[in-house]
Amino acid sequence: MNRATTILLPILGAASILLVWQFVLPLMGVPAFIVPTPATVARKLVTDAGLLAANALPTALESVLGFLIGNLAAVLLAVLFVYSRPIRAAYFPAVLFFNTIPILALAPIIVLIFGLGILPKIVIAAVICFFPTLVNMIRGLEMPTRSEFELFRILSASPFETFWRLRVPRSLPLLFTSLKIAATTCVIGAIVGEWIGANQGLGALIIQSTFNYQTDRLYAAVITSSALGLLFFGIVVLAERLVMRRHPA
Amino acid sequence: MALAIAAKGLAVGYGTPAAPLPVLERVDLAIPEGEFLAILGPSGCGKSTLLRVVADLLPPLAGGITVLGGSPEAARRRRDVAFVFQDATLLPWRTVRQNIELPLQVGPAGLRRPGLASTDELLALVGLLPQADRLPHELSGGQRQRVAIARALVSRPRILLMDEPFGALDEITRDRLNDELAQLWRRMGITILFVTHSVMEAAYLGQRVMVLAAHPGRVREIVDLRPVKGEAGRLPREAPPLVEAMAHLRAVLADAA
Repeated sequence: MNRATTILLPILGAASILLVWQFVLPLMGVPAFIVPTPATVARKLVTDAGLLAANALPTALESVLGFLIGNLAAVLLAVLFVYSRPIRAAYFPAVLFFNTIPILALAPIIVLIFGLGILPKIVIAAVICFFPTLVNMIRGLEMPTRSEFELFRILSASPFETFWRLRVPRSLPLLFTSLKIAATTCVIGAIVGEWIGANQGLGALIIQSTFNYQTDRLYAAVITSSALGLLFFGIVVLAERLVMRRHPA
Repeated sequence: MALAIAAKGLAVGYGTPAAPLPVLERVDLAIPEGEFLAILGPSGCGKSTLLRVVADLLPPLAGGITVLGGSPEAARRRRDVAFVFQDATLLPWRTVRQNIELPLQVGPAGLRRPGLASTDELLALVGLLPQADRLPHELSGGQRQRVAIARALVSRPRILLMDEPFGALDEITRDRLNDELAQLWRRMGITILFVTHSVMEAAYLGQRVMVLAAHPGRVREIVDLRPVKGEAGRLPREAPPLVEAMAHLRAVLADAA
């Protein structure tokens, strides 16, 4: 396949799905208050732009703060686990267990602890980012080969130099892999938090429009949340390109 | 002449002195400064382990060893010992130049002195000036080992330990790198311990060849090639005396296995 077709084919694919949705679904008698047509949703995206933006803002804030806190905590804990075998042996199983709790089951508990403000949403977003980054970062920091460690020892490198000039660069590809995962899951976390109780945010808007049968608004809110995730993903990819230009894997 | 490395009743391997798992035992060594010693032996005879003890990467299990008159640790801390690994061990995110300069960027501040040669001179020495800003994955296997050698030489060590550095290369590249290494050694006058399982490499490069036996690891014989190689200290690969020496080494090796 040449370059033109690799760009064109996905566009044609998406267009065909939208066309079927636009024209075939109404023919099958699916009412608009259950599934609105793409044209209706597109119109709503324009007419509701102000409302959507006003609700996207708190969700974005919660997602970004959750992303930063969750990933930072994961990276710090990974460093601790890599440098202390006893601490890792003692606490990694607990973290593993914690990760098996579905986020939907955990969310009400977090709301119970942190109240109904912005905080529980940030915490849920942070929790959802945390585990993949922890696991990937541990693996990344342990990537250097035996001879790489031996090289640094022969050079009498300090533990910090071995960390900063060997372990960290080695871990970057895996770290960015998990940051890309977290870029979209942090939005999921924030929205789940808003479902439990919030009067603003895309999650709140999704719940309200569902209960009011405003399905065109519901779909517009869903598309906005997906766009938010895509935006964060794009930012992380950009950051990755900037950093990895100096650090090709 | 002063001894670069001296050992008496040395045992190397794994485990602890209380519960030793020796790989190679009863090693007596007296390597004068400036010698090129080839270490030849089958897999599992402990030749790499021996190098790691000299480099202070592993403690000896028993016996004594001195490096340049002191402990291996003291020699390492002075950067008197450098190591070339079988897999080059270049950091993939650093260019050729940055890899060579790694020893000038880590370790105690006092050790970050360059040797007599600048990075450019080292690059020229190993013939990689045009590739200075390439990344390791853009180089051939032979070029990568040249970078590893330049990096080892940057802090001007007195002893160079080489652990099967050309083992993964094709024969043509290996022969060329052997010639370059022999030249380097003659020019710089440093002590080289060169581990290999190639009889040809050992005989061609070494002034002496230490043949090891495996299971249990022992020094089988130290073959002195200096009388064979004569004044010039070198012989072409096809020279009858060298071919004869290789036959002898093969016999000792077969006996050892």
